[in-house]
Amino acid sequence: MPEPVLRGKSFKFGDNISTDHIIPGKYASLRSDLPELAKHVMEDADPDFVNKVKPGDFIVAGKNFGLGSSREHAALVIKMAGVSAVLAKSVARIFFRNAINQGLPVLICDTDKIDAGDEIEVNLIESTVTDLTKNTKLTFGKIPKVMVDILNEGGLIPYVTRHGNFEL
Amino acid sequence: MGKTLSEKILSDKSGADARAGDVVIARIDLAFVQDTTGPLTIRQFKEIKHGTLANPQQTAVFLDHAIPSPNRQLSNDHQLLRRFAEETGCQIFEGGSGVCHQIVAEKFANPGDIIVGADSHTVTAGGLGAFATGMGSSDIAVAMALGKIWFRVPEAFKISINGKFQKWVGAKDLVLHLIGVLGADGATYKALEFNGNAVANMTVPQRLTVANMAVEAGAKVGIFPSDNVTRRYLSAQGRGGKYRALQPDADAEYERAMVLDASELEPMIAMPHAVNNVTTVKMLAGTKIDQVFIGTCTNGRLEDLAAAAAILRNKKLNPRIRLIVAPASQQVLSKAMRIGYIQILVNAGAMVLPPGCAACLGVHQGVLGDNEVCISTANRNFKGRMGNPESSIYLASPATAAASALTGEITDPREVA
Repeated sequence: MPEPVLRGKSFKFGDNISTDHIIPGKYASLRSDLPELAKHVMEDADPDFVNKVKPGDFIVAGKNFGLGSSREHAALVIKMAGVSAVLAKSVARIFFRNAINQGLPVLICDTDKIDAGDEIEVNLIESTVTDLTKNTKLTFGKIPKVMVDILNEGGLIPYVTRHGNFEL
Repeated sequence: MGKTLSEKILSDKSGADARAGDVVIARIDLAFVQDTTGPLTIRQFKEIKHGTLANPQQTAVFLDHAIPSPNRQLSNDHQLLRRFAEETGCQIFEGGSGVCHQIVAEKFANPGDIIVGADSHTVTAGGLGAFATGMGSSDIAVAMALGKIWFRVPEAFKISINGKFQKWVGAKDLVLHLIGVLGADGATYKALEFNGNAVANMTVPQRLTVANMAVEAGAKVGIFPSDNVTRRYLSAQGRGGKYRALQPDADAEYERAMVLDASELEPMIAMPHAVNNVTTVKMLAGTKIDQVFIGTCTNGRLEDLAAAAAILRNKKLNPRIRLIVAPASQQVLSKAMRIGYIQILVNAGAMVLPPGCAACLGVHQGVLGDNEVCISTANRNFKGRMGNPESSIYLASPATAAASALTGEITDPREVA
């Protein structure tokens, strides 16, 4: 289970951040060398992101985050960068499954209310996002029970290893 | 209340009365990976306790994204995939066999099947009436291990297409127009279900082109009914026995209905850097280009090469342009050689690559230089997609791409054909 309370700084991105922005296809040859691959996280959206992001920070994006490829590496390198959760107005379907399967929370909320650099606190139990800089509070939408269960086990592989099957 | 195609297939494969919004666990008919998602899938698979393949014959590995391998890292990934196939007895398709989605259509996909692949364009098989969708490596590893996976039953959009396409206008123009109307996330989590008299007249390869790009509007599947056109295609591929008619119920419930008139469509084009940034080719006529790419799981089929050959027959491409042609499979390449399309394209000045994904994803075989412009028959034009964020990609039909190769600028095929 991820820590129930997450805290960090907001890194803002716009709408339609694709998997090619998150981890470009041209780095396909690094996909079996994950630490090397992770150095290129978000490169085509913000080349300096990897140097600025600190463990616990949040990616705060617009709508349709993660559209495009099925490459689970996109969720994986975001997690490896120390990002504690992705907040977005909406998220593409395959990326959503991949993030949850990697134990990376994806929270749907009105991210227009959060600015770049704001200090954010997420409470996964209360389903709230608090902008500590602005002293405002948002709530995020619920996800299907099966995804909550997978997230609570730390991802799909630990879930299936433990349960041997799906339980609805 | 009747059922949509998605509800019917997911009911059949889960044993539940699957309705939009439900979460079900369904048996799958094929789970596959390709060479850029396969290595992570295998690592995830091996982490699952007692992980063995549920059905080796219904598990496939395709080497298509980076073939022939451009470097040692990818060669080592290919070795890992070959060893996995040897150890588990799953099916493997070597480099040069073709793009996974084309081979799935030629050899595997049947109406009513559920197909999952570690590639977003797995939706392509919806052209044959299969419920086919892309997932990541963890999901595919589990699908391979258990022979089943969970699905949220999608709400469906009914897309009715009527009328007759004008000459030099076809499936690619239709789907680009549709994505322009829906938007890049207009169908997120939804099923696009196609019907109408234009659909009844579309060939299976044309249906595959439309289904292929359903994901560019965010859809989970793009699915066609299974009819006589499907039956003839399956028979020609030696799988006539797998045919079954499949239509949605007349009283199925759709979240949204759209009606398109094929006769009103013109050649369409997606502008950089979004697939839904769509306009008519006419509007962009005269835009200078550097590279033309004809191929991929969207438009690398025989009909696509035929359209390009019809436009380039006895002509030479503009000397400023390089034209890359990559047939979608060995079957396509063989037929195109036999009929003479390849000879026509080579005479016009094209370079022909082995069947595979080629330049589509920026790994090799056609990476763009700074400020270069490519017109491509692929399905994505995201910034950096073809290996360089300082380049631009336009997406269009094979006819438009070939016409543009002739003139060196974006050209409506009706102007030169």
